[in-house]
Amino acid sequence: MKPKLTEAFKTIGSHLLLIVLSFISLFPAFWIIMSSFKTGNSLFSDSLIPKNFTFIHYKELFEQTKYLIWFMNTLKVAALSTLLGTFLLLLTSYAISRYRFKGRKTTLTALLVLQMFPGFMAMIAVYVLLNTLGLLNSHWALVLVYSSGAIITNVFVAKGFFDTIPKSLEDAARMDGASHMKVFLSIMIPLSKPMLTYASLMIFNGCFVDFIFADLVLRTEETRTLAVGLFRMVNQSNSTEFTLFAAGAVLVALPVTLLFIFLQRFLVDGLTAGASKG
Amino acid sequence: MHKKTGAALLSAIIPGLGQFFNRQWLKGLVFLLVGSAGIYFIAHDLMGYLRGLITLGEFPSRMVKVGKLTRMVEGDHSIFMMINGLMSLLALLFYTAFHLLNIRDAFLVGAARDRNEPIHSFGESLRHMGRRNFAYLVLAIPFVAVVFLTILPLVFSVLLAFTNYADPILPPAHLVDWVGFGNFKKMLSLDVWSSTFGGVLTWTLIWAIIATATTYIGGVLIAVLIHQPRVRWKKLWRTLLIVPFAIPNMISLLVMRNMFNNQFGPINSYVRALGLEGVAWLTNPFWAKVTVILANMWIGIPVTMILAFGVLTTIPRDMYEAAEVDGAGAFYKFRMVTLPMVLFATAPILIMQFAGNINSFNVIYLMTNGEPVNPNYQYAGHTDLLVTWLYKLALNQSQYSFASVIGIVIFLLVATFSIWSYRRTRSYKEEDMIA
Repeated sequence: MKPKLTEAFKTIGSHLLLIVLSFISLFPAFWIIMSSFKTGNSLFSDSLIPKNFTFIHYKELFEQTKYLIWFMNTLKVAALSTLLGTFLLLLTSYAISRYRFKGRKTTLTALLVLQMFPGFMAMIAVYVLLNTLGLLNSHWALVLVYSSGAIITNVFVAKGFFDTIPKSLEDAARMDGASHMKVFLSIMIPLSKPMLTYASLMIFNGCFVDFIFADLVLRTEETRTLAVGLFRMVNQSNSTEFTLFAAGAVLVALPVTLLFIFLQRFLVDGLTAGASKG
Repeated sequence: MHKKTGAALLSAIIPGLGQFFNRQWLKGLVFLLVGSAGIYFIAHDLMGYLRGLITLGEFPSRMVKVGKLTRMVEGDHSIFMMINGLMSLLALLFYTAFHLLNIRDAFLVGAARDRNEPIHSFGESLRHMGRRNFAYLVLAIPFVAVVFLTILPLVFSVLLAFTNYADPILPPAHLVDWVGFGNFKKMLSLDVWSSTFGGVLTWTLIWAIIATATTYIGGVLIAVLIHQPRVRWKKLWRTLLIVPFAIPNMISLLVMRNMFNNQFGPINSYVRALGLEGVAWLTNPFWAKVTVILANMWIGIPVTMILAFGVLTTIPRDMYEAAEVDGAGAFYKFRMVTLPMVLFATAPILIMQFAGNINSFNVIYLMTNGEPVNPNYQYAGHTDLLVTWLYKLALNQSQYSFASVIGIVIFLLVATFSIWSYRRTRSYKEEDMIA
């Protein structure tokens, strides 16, 4: 009788703890969603759930700010960087994982070293470079920098993934006379779908989130991305437009968050693939 | 004379000649064109650019009297000279590689002719290259991207640490000079700099240790909690707790900053509702540090949780059963089975996370922007990490050379930890597993 009682107690305890933790984990999201429906523009409110709901801030967002343009800019930059970045990453990690060529070890070491520099230390230099090339205030500059950066940050995870694909698969295909290209396109790419999903999601998210470099490169309001626009909204005016920011934040975070949760399985696979290197 | 030596010599003099000698006309033409463009560049521009890299400019902008009028004459722009110099060095490197390749090719084909083997046609050569050097072909595009967009800028930034490029010495009004290790010396011996450097470095290390430990322990504990057989709706809990990881952290951090607002934020209003005095979350040096660590836990715990989940599902059930047979309790099972397994599998990640935390720019910049301000510090606040200090130095204060010094310090710090851990990972070691 007694063990059963403690067992029930533990079960209830565990669930209670999980409820509290879930509450903590969801609270900021819940709070910002509620704030976006609040009247007025201040941060302060007496209750978590507003007394009168209003959609006015969402309307304002589209009418008074360049939110839609920012959104399109972000989508454009993120989509292009994801495509280009994933492509470059795929090429690099595949070649490093699968081929034994002269200079391979050097390449690995170089990538390793590059990973350790603080990312934006090169930023100032890139800025001056872009300035000399006249590429400032251009989305292409962002796309190029993001996609080449994507190689550095993700190459070891991607390589680790390719390492786990058995070599016998390729050998069999080669035996049947498949060329390098054919093996790559029809065997390796389909097999690496989980890793590709993970990597492209990471790159996509990175573009959505980055505001430091984007802020530096993008000079006019028309070219801004969402992160820069939102950051400025809440940063410079000292939170006087808080509810407007809240609405903007909800509209950005919601699709990205849903995408992440929807693709959770790939994320778990990707992260663990990277982790099980040890 | 052997054909191989002849061909190699000819190609060494002028790229493409050896290929012509080998009767590979099309290939020779390609080599000749690229080679002459390279030689033209070396003869025409290279010396000027390299000279610029060494002197960093000789004439600053100045007023010059032309007749009766005084006119502003634009001087040398040290920074552009530096970049151009670097680029031409890189071009020279590429050209040298090309030239050697050209000699080697002429030599190899010449040797084949000495052995009376048939020579490849241009098409055959291309196909041959596709087969033999597929890896290089595949790597070419990423290589160029990384060299120009990552390596070149990094080298440039590292070089800046050895110049006096800092406000008020800004081109084009002034010329920048090489100062050797002068900035490093200043950083260590000049009081304003060294006290800030010491303080920020200490906090960076403390931060990295606490941030790593809290997210790691928290993540493992939560994963174990959910993994218990008695817990129902596992998938639901996992999804709910993954949410902080899924929200773009730029947004969630800005939101958290507002939540922790001393006056209006919900956190303090709940604290006050309990009848307590509100906490000065973001304005008190100590509490500001606590706040950034809490925010970091909220963001970072889900990552470890996901990792720990991956490990937990791989622990064979019979290990627990064996422990049960031995009469082990829940805690004992956790300590003897779960914890060692999880620790073993995630240890390399732990070190990587530590290295990553040294660089957690977003958390600090968005939550506190390094504030509260520390009057004893040079352009830094109480919560500034080395990275955010670097950022402030470069972009707000135009202290580029000092920023670069900090960058190098961060690199050394991160490199020490990472190399040590990477060298132990399977991904880096030669992969015997697929050989």
